[in-house]
Amino acid sequence: MATRKSAEKSNVSRDELLKYYRDMLLIRRFEEKAGQLYGMGMIGGFCHLYIGQEAVVVGLEAAAKEGDKRITSYRDHGHMLVAGMDPKGVMAELTGRIGGYSKGKGGSMHMFSREKHFYGGHGIVGAQVPLGTGLGFADKYKGNDNVTFVYFGDGAANQGQVYESYNMAELWNLPVIYVIENNQYAMGTSTKRATKSPNLWERGAAYGIKGEMVDGMDVMAVKAAAEKAVAVCRAGEGPYILEMMTYRYRGHSMSDPAKYRTREEVQKVRETRDAIEHVRELLIEGNLASDDDLKAIDKEIKAIVNEAADFSKESPEPDVSELWTDIYA
Amino acid sequence: MATQILMPALSPTMEEGTLAKWLVKEGDEVKSGMIIAEIETDKATMEFEAVDEGTVGKILIAEGTEGVKVNTPIAVLVEEGESAEDVAAPAAPVAAAPAPAAAPVAAAPAPAALVAPAKPDWPEGTAMKSMTVREALREAMAEEMRANENVFLMGEEVGEYQGAYKISQGLLDEFGARRVIDTPITEMGFAGLAVGAAWGGLNPIVEFMTFNFAMQAIDHIINSAAKTNYMSGGQLPCPIVFRGPNGAAARVAAQHSQDYAAWYSQIPGLKVVMPYTAADAKGLLKAAIRDPNPVVFLENEILYGRTFDVPVLDDFIVPIGKARIARPGKDVTIVSFGIGMTYALEAAERLAKDGIDAEVIDLRTIRPMDTATIIESVKKTNRLVTVEEGFPQSSVGNFISATVMQQAFDWLDAPVINLCGKDVPMPYAANLEKLALVTTDEVVAAVKQVTYR
Ligand SMILES: Cc1ncc(C[n+]2csc(CCOP(=O)(O)OP(=O)(O)O)c2C)c(N)n1
Ligand SMILES: [Mg+2]
Repeated sequence: MATRKSAEKSNVSRDELLKYYRDMLLIRRFEEKAGQLYGMGMIGGFCHLYIGQEAVVVGLEAAAKEGDKRITSYRDHGHMLVAGMDPKGVMAELTGRIGGYSKGKGGSMHMFSREKHFYGGHGIVGAQVPLGTGLGFADKYKGNDNVTFVYFGDGAANQGQVYESYNMAELWNLPVIYVIENNQYAMGTSTKRATKSPNLWERGAAYGIKGEMVDGMDVMAVKAAAEKAVAVCRAGEGPYILEMMTYRYRGHSMSDPAKYRTREEVQKVRETRDAIEHVRELLIEGNLASDDDLKAIDKEIKAIVNEAADFSKESPEPDVSELWTDIYA
Repeated sequence: MATQILMPALSPTMEEGTLAKWLVKEGDEVKSGMIIAEIETDKATMEFEAVDEGTVGKILIAEGTEGVKVNTPIAVLVEEGESAEDVAAPAAPVAAAPAPAAAPVAAAPAPAALVAPAKPDWPEGTAMKSMTVREALREAMAEEMRANENVFLMGEEVGEYQGAYKISQGLLDEFGARRVIDTPITEMGFAGLAVGAAWGGLNPIVEFMTFNFAMQAIDHIINSAAKTNYMSGGQLPCPIVFRGPNGAAARVAAQHSQDYAAWYSQIPGLKVVMPYTAADAKGLLKAAIRDPNPVVFLENEILYGRTFDVPVLDDFIVPIGKARIARPGKDVTIVSFGIGMTYALEAAERLAKDGIDAEVIDLRTIRPMDTATIIESVKKTNRLVTVEEGFPQSSVGNFISATVMQQAFDWLDAPVINLCGKDVPMPYAANLEKLALVTTDEVVAAVKQVTYR
């Protein structure tokens, strides 16, 4: 886990690498912009940024096909962008405008897109785990070969409903990939202060679920593990657990003073394990892309993000009549 | 082009803060991601990272300045070749941003003077000290923990993090990790564990980070804590306090903004307390910790930072189950509790200007409810409006209306109005959120309706 697979070893093409670079950079720049808009009071409430963890969702989505579903927690912006949701609609939801994916009624933590099979965006820690298990149940019931990616944190991994879900998922061989995004902290509580079982993925063994730990800062390693897990699930032999070792660079939410870890600790990860830097190096050192190529991508991403930010400011607030819509179907 | 650095909003309820410290000076180079200042909110001191790059041309707000409003320009970044003087007078960037996120009332701390208890809970001449609700809650817990070795606090982030909302700040230092216990995120688990510990002879205080997450644990609050004394023929009482912020904060949307007063008020075996002032927060929390029954103690994030007078007494207790007449009056009775009191008292002040003299009752305890005080008041005023933040159907106000109808029907001169939050999940959008909450205007209008003005 400590050493990274090189590009050659994982047999990854230039186009593929460039796509990962682009997707991860989109998430990072989008989140930086969201942080900025929060500071300006354009975004309110809780806002949890995904900066640092980009390789996890980008690697997993690389193994997905049309029809696969995904569900996650409140730290959801990255998942939506990679699932193909429009950055404009995501940002406008953050600012609470009608152009947002939930018409401004859900906000950062509660966004959905049926079209892109993105089932949220959930504010209650752990709730998405049985919900995602149910999405998998529905696919198995219908007899298709879709899988569901259920993302949750190291903190969520201690909720009882996770284990109730594991038991049913294995009992009924549901096509569900449980992705534990172990960023080592649940708010201010490090995993060491929350559990004495260090390997969260191993807990699945008690229910007979296969799994493994993966370097979640290495997009190729994530992709390789995801392909394996997806194959198992599509073959009707799910579920599968992937514990992604990752790290969040920012505070838990925008209002976290983050006194529970040192700046040096954050700095060290940024300097030695950053997922985007890693792919950039592979591209440059492998002579797969030039500095100019990457600069062009940076520019393109910046334009997308600025366009999203502009849209999120221009889109009007929902009409007051929206207060009373969507309560019942 | 020069860029202004604006005072950032660093939490959902922040409207202003103290610029505690500048970590850069004029002339310094700033890179994106660099920490440039420390800003104090009422909850914490936060590091403020630069987003834009450039040279610090001018510092507009000196360090140590208190009460700096969000979005006020605090410094100017210039690019090479520019000087701060080139920068035109700051345009008002505030105008670009939508109305501040916080609920409209958050800005107006209720003046302590409004709160003039008809029968105070402390002897005349008692010295008073001004403190926030947050400090009052902390003092209550600390005093009870000093007095009783079996009292302990358990919850998410209550110890090393010093409390998600800083209610338990300093308690870990004073009482140690044996009595201030950080839990994993397992509400159902630690709520059940705490009920067991209460049966085992301890007096747990369980902090829910917010009551929204207590829904994970509600089975233990109701089925285990509230009902077992009865089912065991009185053998297993459960002396436990479940406490934490309840109701809407600001812009945190439907899953994080619900008032549970009416829910818990339904349950025999539970006591339900919802204080408004700091004095009540302190006196009632101490009473709750000593109570031999399970007490659901509903706090409010927006009230945490409000300041009130609290009596300086060695052992100040407010009895559970007694309402407080916050403002005596003769024309109409307004009953509320918790943050609803803000609207009730504001409305009463405005109504006074129109010649309507409202009596405002702060319920303080929802269960057992001091209906006697309400009935007595209604017999005097003949009109009643109830105000709460929760949903309208089966609200606390509905119960009060039914009680008044049965016990004081002949005294009523108008149908009772129950003001509540709107019958919708809490929306995120700023404009819709305002509409979803009960407002002072609605209280004024309801009072005019029942007084036929
Ligand atoms: C049931 C519940 N309890 C508590 C919270 C408050 N809370 C929100 S996020 C969080 C930490 C979760 O950490 P983790 O699962 O590791 O996810 P991460 O934030 O690191 O992505 C807590 C305690 C909540 N939203 N829901
Ligand atoms: Mg985590």
